[in-house]
Amino acid sequence: MSRIKPGYTRRLDFKHGRVEMSHGSGGRAMAQLIDELFLPAFDNEQLRQMNDQAAFNVPAGRMVMATDSHVVSPLFFAGGDIGCLSVHGTINDVAMAGATPLYLAAGFILEEGFPLADLRRIVESMAAAAREAGVPVVTGDTKVVEQGKGDGVFITTTGVGIVPPGVNISGDRARPGDKVLVSGTLGDHGIAIMSQREGLGFSTSIASDTASLHRLVADMVAAVPDIHCLRDPTRGGLATTLNEFARQSQVGIDIDERALPVRQEVKAACEMLGLDPLYVANEGKLVAICSAEDAPRLLEAMRSHPLGRDAAIVGEVREDANCFVQMRTSFGGRRNVDWLSGEQLPRIC
Amino acid sequence: MKYIDEFRDGELAQAIGAAIRREVNPERQYNLMEFCGGHTHAIARYGLPDLLPGNVRMIHGPGCPVCVLPIGRIDNAIEITSRPNVILCSFGDTLRVPASGQMSLLKAKARGADIRMVYSSLDAVTVAQQNPDKEVVFFGIGFETTTPTTAVAVKKAEALGLRNFSVFCNHVLTPAALDAILSAEDEDASLVHGVVGPAHVSTIIGSKPYEAFTARYRKPLVIAGFEPLDVLQSVRMLIRQLNEGRAEVENEYTRTVTSEGNRKAQAMVEDMFELRPSFEWRGLGEVPWSALQLRERYRQFDAEARFTIEKRAVADAKACECGAILRGRKEPKDCKIFGTVCTPENPVGACMVSSEGACAAYYTYGRFTIPIVEASK
Repeated sequence: MSRIKPGYTRRLDFKHGRVEMSHGSGGRAMAQLIDELFLPAFDNEQLRQMNDQAAFNVPAGRMVMATDSHVVSPLFFAGGDIGCLSVHGTINDVAMAGATPLYLAAGFILEEGFPLADLRRIVESMAAAAREAGVPVVTGDTKVVEQGKGDGVFITTTGVGIVPPGVNISGDRARPGDKVLVSGTLGDHGIAIMSQREGLGFSTSIASDTASLHRLVADMVAAVPDIHCLRDPTRGGLATTLNEFARQSQVGIDIDERALPVRQEVKAACEMLGLDPLYVANEGKLVAICSAEDAPRLLEAMRSHPLGRDAAIVGEVREDANCFVQMRTSFGGRRNVDWLSGEQLPRIC
Repeated sequence: MKYIDEFRDGELAQAIGAAIRREVNPERQYNLMEFCGGHTHAIARYGLPDLLPGNVRMIHGPGCPVCVLPIGRIDNAIEITSRPNVILCSFGDTLRVPASGQMSLLKAKARGADIRMVYSSLDAVTVAQQNPDKEVVFFGIGFETTTPTTAVAVKKAEALGLRNFSVFCNHVLTPAALDAILSAEDEDASLVHGVVGPAHVSTIIGSKPYEAFTARYRKPLVIAGFEPLDVLQSVRMLIRQLNEGRAEVENEYTRTVTSEGNRKAQAMVEDMFELRPSFEWRGLGEVPWSALQLRERYRQFDAEARFTIEKRAVADAKACECGAILRGRKEPKDCKIFGTVCTPENPVGACMVSSEGACAAYYTYGRFTIPIVEASK
């Protein structure tokens, strides 16, 4: 990059170098980190202006804004890393309002001693994800904490977007008779992460599903402008998202276990670990609720997009003063699908 | 999934359900206790009661090792973690069990204790290898199923010459608990007519040890696997026995359980452990000869010898009905604090602690059939 000032005696050592306290102190070392890593990776007009904020014009209409902090461990996992995850996560939160995401902001908290090589991998993965999504990171911030006070890297991203006219998607709009759809297989991200966690060492071919869903959402909104609810079932999985919808809309929701798309490998891993795929995290899936009349059209639009290939109608909204989510089991019985209590911990026998 | 889906076949379940409805005598009541938490979980998760006629009632037994662990033992474990240089390794669902003073291992961890979740006893040995300057304590818990795995870990630590590994032993015995429940039964009206016998435990101990119970208490016992079809089929077998006036040990779980069990595992346990004269069970109180401790020869691996642990008897909460629920005298919904004061987030009693506990299973999967009562302020 032409911006690098000749004042630096030595370029950053991305092979053996490590994050130092000075990289967050606002001095020359921080300027060098920005110049040699963040600027070339995220390169865009706003960032190049080197201001503490990004200025941009927005079209008239309703804006949405979302923020998401990422603290994933391990930082690198099958199918992705904390970098692309932090871009996908916030883009998806914006997109779940039916909005077109426009810009991202990124805040980094780095732990002293973190290898610069890993930081570069993460930043480049983030930049690639942002480029692929067409949503630039236009402003950011970096802080460094002492060794032992962080877990390598924490990334917070914030996104803004514009909602097309006539679209009103909200968790409180589910109505009795509505259909519930999911965009694909459940639990891939959570199992991919868990399989690589220290102490759990089991091997699996499952990769995280982390992906930006805004283009899928755009296709869905084009096909059915009156989608009632939309959310990405991340932490807590499908069960948690459905319970949130039920409470916000003051309705009950029935799902059919046989209709739920779950990969064999995920089922097997859950079986082994004593987990329930309904509660396992996803990072590239969404849940939609729309009227029964619109459901076939919405399903078709989802299935026509590569990220919605395995989409399915999995349930229905009903009246219920208790706001329970219930499931017709593949066995023929019925059970409650409750809020998760604490963390989902594996059972011992 | 092969070997799993076959045992969750909905159509087959309907057929067995129909057969049960045909075979039951409408004039009588069938109270069947499923001993294990694994059975309770399957019953709740797959909605089995929907398939059973009204006069067949499932009673949820004490077979969840996490649930029956008394408060005092968790207090002991937390106390061990407060000693300098200690790493405590534990299975996941033990971490949430409530201890005295609103504590739990999870909360102790949040306050700085070095507590690590492991999936296997051998992982704890690895932690000990990696941390030679720390004392690594493995929280050994479980029925006969997990005891051999603790024995393997101690053997491995011995072979590796590890001096920083020990076990806080809380292994308990199924037959003793079954005896405690069935012998109390004799004193009043017989509540339990038949028993769905342990699955994984029986793969270790075999089906033979139960013969003494069926003979002594004149109640049928059918060993059943943890899949929903296993449970349903065992219910049918129990109903047949009751209809025919038989009280025998039958084995539904023939794909893994033999009459003799796993001799190698039994020998390993016999070599390393001896009976404790008495052990406290949450909900059942002191049960004689119901738990194991390490033999003298393995004392160096016994955390209780290494850390001089004081026996703590802490009473269960007064309003909690766990004791009666574990014995089948009451159902979760009969308890005043069920779902109000006592919830999975803030479990008061044994049955709410693990997802396998009767109250937790009811709360999580079956609450829709139970009227919600507002908590009294």
